[in-house]
Amino acid sequence: MAHTSHAGENYLNHEKGIWSWLTTVDHKRIGVMYLLCILTFFFFGGIAAMLIRAELFHPGMTIMTADQYNKTFTYHGTIMVFMVVVPLIPAAFGNFVMPMMLGAKDVAFPKLNLASWYLFMAGAAVALATLVINQVDTGWTFYTPYSIRTTTSTTYMLLGIFIMGFSGILTSLNFIATIHKLRAPGLTWGRLPLFVWATYATAIVQLLATPVIALTLFLVLLERTTGIGIFDPKLGGDPVLFQHFFWFYSHPAVYIMALPAMGIVSEMMPVYSRKQIFGYWPIALATFGIALVAFVVWGHHMFVSGQSELANFLFSFITMFVAIPTGVKVFSWVATLYGGQLHFRMGLLYAFAFIFVFTIGGLTGVFLAALAADVHLTDTYFVVAHFHYVMVGGTIMGMLAGLHHWFPKITGKMYSESWAKVSWFLVFGGFNVTFFPQFILGSQGMPRRYYDYAPKFQTLNEISSFGAWSIGLGFVIMAIYLLHAIFKGEKAPDNPWGAATLEWQTTSPPSPHNFEKDPVVTHGPYDYSEFRK
Amino acid sequence: MLVDILRGSLPLAGSDIARHWDVFYAFLVWISVVFFVGVIAAMVYFSVRFKAKAGGKVNDVHGHTGIEILWTVIPTILVFTVFGWGYALYRDMVTAPGDAIEIRVIAKQWLWQFQYDDGRMYTNQVFVPVNKPVKFVITSEDVLHSFFVPNMRVKKDAVPGRYSTVWFEATAKGEHDVYCAEYCGTTHSGMLAKVYAVSPEDWSRFIQGKEINPQTLAAVDDQLTTSHASATPVLTRAPSLADKGRELASTKGCVGCHSNDGSQKAGPSLKGIYGHPVDLANGDRVASADENYLRESIENPTAKLVKGYTPVMPTFQGLVTEPEMNALIAYIKSLN
Repeated sequence: MAHTSHAGENYLNHEKGIWSWLTTVDHKRIGVMYLLCILTFFFFGGIAAMLIRAELFHPGMTIMTADQYNKTFTYHGTIMVFMVVVPLIPAAFGNFVMPMMLGAKDVAFPKLNLASWYLFMAGAAVALATLVINQVDTGWTFYTPYSIRTTTSTTYMLLGIFIMGFSGILTSLNFIATIHKLRAPGLTWGRLPLFVWATYATAIVQLLATPVIALTLFLVLLERTTGIGIFDPKLGGDPVLFQHFFWFYSHPAVYIMALPAMGIVSEMMPVYSRKQIFGYWPIALATFGIALVAFVVWGHHMFVSGQSELANFLFSFITMFVAIPTGVKVFSWVATLYGGQLHFRMGLLYAFAFIFVFTIGGLTGVFLAALAADVHLTDTYFVVAHFHYVMVGGTIMGMLAGLHHWFPKITGKMYSESWAKVSWFLVFGGFNVTFFPQFILGSQGMPRRYYDYAPKFQTLNEISSFGAWSIGLGFVIMAIYLLHAIFKGEKAPDNPWGAATLEWQTTSPPSPHNFEKDPVVTHGPYDYSEFRK
Repeated sequence: MLVDILRGSLPLAGSDIARHWDVFYAFLVWISVVFFVGVIAAMVYFSVRFKAKAGGKVNDVHGHTGIEILWTVIPTILVFTVFGWGYALYRDMVTAPGDAIEIRVIAKQWLWQFQYDDGRMYTNQVFVPVNKPVKFVITSEDVLHSFFVPNMRVKKDAVPGRYSTVWFEATAKGEHDVYCAEYCGTTHSGMLAKVYAVSPEDWSRFIQGKEINPQTLAAVDDQLTTSHASATPVLTRAPSLADKGRELASTKGCVGCHSNDGSQKAGPSLKGIYGHPVDLANGDRVASADENYLRESIENPTAKLVKGYTPVMPTFQGLVTEPEMNALIAYIKSLN
């Protein structure tokens, strides 16, 4: 090996200065940069959420005007979807953890990886520039013809998302190549950690679906700037066509968000139960089952849009298939606990939180897949609650499991578990207090994106707002104990959780090239028999 | 009883179909509760039973074919039951009886207009009879909206440039909220209307041209009230919608090329085309000349050129307002 690390030298301290970060091609540093930037976006998206809940605390005007409210939920949605939930786990943990899980020194194309980060940041900058140009009020779905006719600077927002799309496409390409070509000797497909399987399936979905949203948004952009009639009926276009294009991406995008979180949960269950995962292949195959079906269910977002009854029939039918592999995963995770020795560390607690909220999110998805039920429930708060249970409950809880699990590896420090539990309680409890009442508001008939509402909806809205503030408080506490850990925390051991996957078989934090000696894999990812000796 | 527990989470059921809907909803809720409680109970039980102990042994179970088949097959059966039930009920919800009373809905930022066969037009209020099916033919003048009547469990997007339909048969007299359920800009949440389901007596006087005062209606459920001063009729006892359409067909110049008696002119006659199949010049066939077909033929005449004719008709895109379009279609329908 050309480069040998000195004692105490790791990927964080072997080069210093901001420039060494901005020019790095180290997947770990790039992963950390994604994590920090995305968490910053998450903070802003969260502020928007708090403002929304403050406004909805009472009917009528509470703290802002209707136009300000419409802009607030637009930024909440666009930031959270395109800048947080979609890239969060693949770009941050996929980058940091996945190559190490393979026993690789880096991703297949390290420079392309850095270029992807710059594309992401450039896209985010263009999108967020609209905040000072002329704030966008279309909602994150950009439904035509509203998005074509609004005078707000939707064009730049679309351009920003278009640019960010390329970041996702290139990262996916990079990950697929990495997983195919850079596995350590002995790391057969059957020995891949399930997080790698999830990253792989996600990358395929992202690679195939993202070009569609990029082109769709580009068409809206063209229509806004040149007046060609694609979506606006005034110009001879078809507004429902936009919805088909949009959901052709945005439904798979839900799985781009959910699959990596499921991958993290699949890692947590065995590690903290000290045993094999229950049903390795069923979980891996279910991941691909979900990824495959993801492409042919987009029309279930459009049951009342006026699409044909035949389309409604077929999309409802096919959507039901999503429930089956999802169920298999949930049951397998729970069954993994059976016969184990459970350690209730933060990784497992957040995995439990994931299973709790994701099960509710999945079951209410069946309501919305059933045609008759959807007619009443769609575009109400029931849908808002449902997708927050899936996307926040799912992706964010999964991310928090991953963050607490890999924090010692990333930073080399340990955090306070007791404060972490307080924060867990506030986030998980607050989440349910926020979003469960919204199911009831929705079935009672309160439409989504409502600035003002009938007095009969007030009590549940108040409860929901209290829940949101609990989540906010939980995250503030989390930020404090994690920052405290970074600066003052105890030094982390190399493998504090006794995990069997490769990223733990090196120092914390890892050396610049991950492993001192190229690893050779001789057993499965959840074989803890070595630790029991 | 399992439905009644959930009553608080549902709006009033204003029709028979709404009541069926509630039963389906209750089925979904209780199935979900069973699954959810099962998953969480297992998780909690395992957490207690398998909590790590000093010297505790791991039982390295990594699968069980029987259980795995079971938890694949049972959910499969259940979700397809849900699908079947959901589809059957949905079909009832979207298939309007042939004798349904037709009311045209025009959505625009940020109000609802309702247009009756007799030409009367109301803003943000619509009167329907109880125990009679009513069909709404919906369109939008600007952006997307969605016509949502929670008490009837129905919702349909209002799409500019095309027609969609929704129907219900109110069984509960009184006032029912209409919300806009598709985001449409600043006053989206203020785009509200009321459906007033009135008694058969009120209805028969209403269709004779008498106006109904919603205030008295809401307060006193079964007492008939008429008042010409109340409500906000745009057209009172104007010519019927079809009459207005006949007038428009003349002033817009349609009659120059389209007869109303089946005789041949430069364009096909308007007589007897509504709801009938049309053969096109390109060899295709339109199964039924419905509202959407007629509208398209007015706004974009060359899109579906009728067999035997040349593409000489100019476009009327932007030259016909939504209420006028409804009147023209009503006129063409009246020629059957």
